[in-house]
Amino acid sequence: MLRLDGLKVTQGTFELVADVAFERGRCTALIGPSGAGKSTALAAIAGFVPLTRGRIIWCDEDLSDLAPGERGMSMLFQDGNVFPHLTVFQNVALGLSPQLRLDADMKRRVHAALERVGLAGMGGRKPSALSGGQIARVALARSLAQACPIMVLDEPFAALGPALKIEMLSLVQEVAVDTNATVLMVSHDPDDAKRIADNCALVADGVVSAPVPKSEFFDNPPPALRAYLGT
Amino acid sequence: MKFPIIAAGILMATSAVADTPVLTVYAPDYFGSEWGPGPSIEAAFEETCACDLQYVTGDVLPRVLLEGERTKADIVIGLNTDVTKKARESGLFATHTLDLSPMTLPIEWSDDTFLPFNWGYNAFVYDNTKLENPPTSFDELLAMPDDVKIVIQDPRASYSGLTLLLWVKSVYGDDAAEAWAKLAPKVLTVTKGWSEAYGMFTDGEADMVLSYTTSPAYHIIAEEDLSKSAAIFDEGHYLTIELAAKVATTENGDLADAFMAFILTPEFQTMIPTSNWSYPAALPEDQWPSVFVELNYPEKAIFLSEDEAAAVRDEALAEWQNAFSQ
Amino acid sequence: MAKRVFSVKPTSILGGAVASLILFLVLGTLGAVIWRADDIAGLSTYDWAAVRFTVFQAFLSALLSVTLAIPVARALARRRFWGRGALITLLGAPFILPVIVAVLGLISVFGRSGIVNEFLSVFGIDPVSIFGLRGVLIAHVFFNLPLATRLLLQGWLSVPSERFRLAASLNFDARAMFMRVEMPMLRDVIPGAFMLIFLICTTSFAVALTLGGGPKATTIELAIYQAFRLDFNLGKAALLAIIQFGISAAAAGLAYWVSAPSGIGAGLDRNVKRFDRSARWIDATVIAAASLFLILPLTMILLRGLPMILSLPTAVWLSALRSVWVALMSTGLAVFAGLSLALWIVRAQRIGAGIIEGIGYLTIAASPLVMGTGLYLILFPFVNPFDVALLVTAVVNAAMALPFLLRGLVPALRDAELHFGRLADSLGMQGWARVRYLLIPRARRALGFGAGLAAALSMGDLGVIALFSDGSAQTLPLQLYALMSAYRMEQAAAAALVLVALSLLLFWIFDRGGRTDA
Repeated sequence: MLRLDGLKVTQGTFELVADVAFERGRCTALIGPSGAGKSTALAAIAGFVPLTRGRIIWCDEDLSDLAPGERGMSMLFQDGNVFPHLTVFQNVALGLSPQLRLDADMKRRVHAALERVGLAGMGGRKPSALSGGQIARVALARSLAQACPIMVLDEPFAALGPALKIEMLSLVQEVAVDTNATVLMVSHDPDDAKRIADNCALVADGVVSAPVPKSEFFDNPPPALRAYLGT
Repeated sequence: MKFPIIAAGILMATSAVADTPVLTVYAPDYFGSEWGPGPSIEAAFEETCACDLQYVTGDVLPRVLLEGERTKADIVIGLNTDVTKKARESGLFATHTLDLSPMTLPIEWSDDTFLPFNWGYNAFVYDNTKLENPPTSFDELLAMPDDVKIVIQDPRASYSGLTLLLWVKSVYGDDAAEAWAKLAPKVLTVTKGWSEAYGMFTDGEADMVLSYTTSPAYHIIAEEDLSKSAAIFDEGHYLTIELAAKVATTENGDLADAFMAFILTPEFQTMIPTSNWSYPAALPEDQWPSVFVELNYPEKAIFLSEDEAAAVRDEALAEWQNAFSQ
Repeated sequence: MAKRVFSVKPTSILGGAVASLILFLVLGTLGAVIWRADDIAGLSTYDWAAVRFTVFQAFLSALLSVTLAIPVARALARRRFWGRGALITLLGAPFILPVIVAVLGLISVFGRSGIVNEFLSVFGIDPVSIFGLRGVLIAHVFFNLPLATRLLLQGWLSVPSERFRLAASLNFDARAMFMRVEMPMLRDVIPGAFMLIFLICTTSFAVALTLGGGPKATTIELAIYQAFRLDFNLGKAALLAIIQFGISAAAAGLAYWVSAPSGIGAGLDRNVKRFDRSARWIDATVIAAASLFLILPLTMILLRGLPMILSLPTAVWLSALRSVWVALMSTGLAVFAGLSLALWIVRAQRIGAGIIEGIGYLTIAASPLVMGTGLYLILFPFVNPFDVALLVTAVVNAAMALPFLLRGLVPALRDAELHFGRLADSLGMQGWARVRYLLIPRARRALGFGAGLAAALSMGDLGVIALFSDGSAQTLPLQLYALMSAYRMEQAAAAALVLVALSLLLFWIFDRGGRTDA
């Protein structure tokens, strides 16, 4: 269980509050209009934005004061998921050892992750030689190798085509199942949520609502969501 | 070819480690360099003194003044006459008891602290294949057309530049400002040091350069080039004298005295002309290299004592600066 | 930007140590000179004239250099041609030339009997004199146009190729491209470049005097030299040095105030491919003219030096080795100090960062003469200055090169943090891992260029070593002057060529290392 306990984040005049819990081992999608605070919520959970109040708790452990890299979360950002100056292999390996000090087992895991996402044999390349889809796969391979208990996705595939995006989402799903990860994702597209989420939580007007099962969420949308979906 | 010298230097340095007393001589960069008089003087003196002579080269007087009484120098060589007043007032230098009768300067010298070791006349040097009618007096120089270009050194940064100020002041007195006004249009530029100016002259950028009457000797002896001459002026030429002195705080007094005495020996003096490219301070003319004897030689020497020079310096500098600010 | 939730301690310790050392080298030495001075004398009207001339010529020099660099950098940024890499390297050459070599090189091109006037006389045009304000400006532009070009070129290369692609897709013409894409970048880069060149030119001395044609072209640094040499008036020297600082501080403050924070986005390191079709001939002309202006004097140095190069005495080659050794030492120190300080700056808050960066730039405004003298006064009671001559030279040269390193490093590191900081955070890349795998790779270009400059500057330096050397450990520039003092002008020209060639080689190796894109 990932609990946001009386959370409040202040950014300039914008305020976000959350007092919710996300089920362990499930995929929860945060859905809501632009500027409602979805990305801010993720940034706060991942440790990039200081909390004004409240705590973030994972299985009785208080994460609030930990650095982002110590929270046991793997991140997929909207962009900038890879270091352009490092090779594909190094980019993935950083997930296992930030110092890039790899033992044989780690190396094997990196290769396995690359193979799993369909990038076998491309470890030596630089990202500039890859397509957008392949770059997304590098980031996914890293999440897979990291095998963190929590995966945080901030619209990582927004720039990909529909078919490619579907492919990536199912890859995310597979990775999450493989690593038994709790997934938090932000998406603009309700179809993304429908495809891989178990639960959905509405983010509107600076408030994160409690997640509900996706069937209930979409069958009986709250008013703010209805306005957003245009139904 | 130079390796034996270096090897010898290393050998001597290592063999001299034990109890050999060290004589530390502060000297200008040019003096101590491989192409200056320093190395051969060092070798000659060490043969007689059972000591190790070590040069410390750089800007000698500022360095000694900075160091004050803690200076490690035993001897300072290469002081110019423009700084003797400041040096004397510092109290850092000791008197000597040498007999000055062997001196062959064109003027009387009786200073008991600062000992001349070489001297020369300031002069404008030109290329005799290009300049057909060189000036034979300062007046003629001033009367030359303005498209004859001269390079001089800045009196604020260079000693030879300062001597030109004193030279002009001595020749023209109260009319010095006027003389500068006539000279200024012919001055191509003013350089920081002698090297830049002389480089511009040998590159053909300037027709004349402020240097020394002995400069042509280098070209004649080392390059067999007869085209450089010094213009000799009827009014006379300002003397440049380089001096050595014993440092008052020296712990090697006897050695320092020995070196001071060595300066006046023919052995030292005969090394001066072709390594310092100037006149020896204590050597009769008949013992000079023939090229030096044959060089154009001024009739009259001009020299201001340190007090006279100090008295006119600021005024002369102001006149100079004004002339160039017009 | 989000506040860092954590901090990396070693950076503040190292950065603090470097900043303290700089403060000691610059202000401590000044203090030592003041302490040793008998009294602080007032300034004469000539001194004030020197102050005015210093500011005036430095302003004009910086203005001209930066203005002329805009078309050159643009042309180099948007054209690919054979020899472009070599040309960019060669652009570093004038900046690192020892003054006396550069002056004689310039005179052999622009002087009375130089190539330009020979050429003009063919058409019956009267010779044009280089001496005067014109000469000062030509020389300072010769020295600094390449630096300005390189700084602006870095600005151009930092614009992500995506942006040029966008501009091309919007069918921007050259004017629109300039106004919408290039102007915003220039607005960021120019104040810093202008300031840097202004500061460099304020400490000009021999160039300004020699090409300025006389005492009208007296700069503060010459007045300081006069106070030392002619008057041995340490108080006045210190006072002038303080005024020099004041001018520099004012200039730096102004530049800091004018420059806006960079909004340059992240790109994917693809080779910048440009789509402009316009004005190929303009670019060609600009590049040709700039190359000619910069390369002609270099060629003259080459021609003057070649004949005697094989007959140089062993002592000159030994000095060359010594100079290379000092340069490498000083480059290592400069890179270490630059990285430490830049990392600290990037981690600091805005005001703090400004102050630390200001400290890093202090050395550029320092009078080498005052620094050397102060150091001598401080060290003399404790050690034999001559024993530490080469070490002191390396340290001081490193400090002198620091501003050039920071110039490129700080923005590069900021950029890296801005665009990849979160990713690195999420991966737990802290401390050395972050420096090694994120920051240094992202700053490679700036690091290579800065290291190259540091090496070359150190090669040609004549400042502190002149006071500390006892003559037994001559560096190549000292040897060059010794040759000239002994009338050996031709050997001196050959030594100058060796110096230039070695400086360029070092610069090329480091700069090249920074620019290889795998």
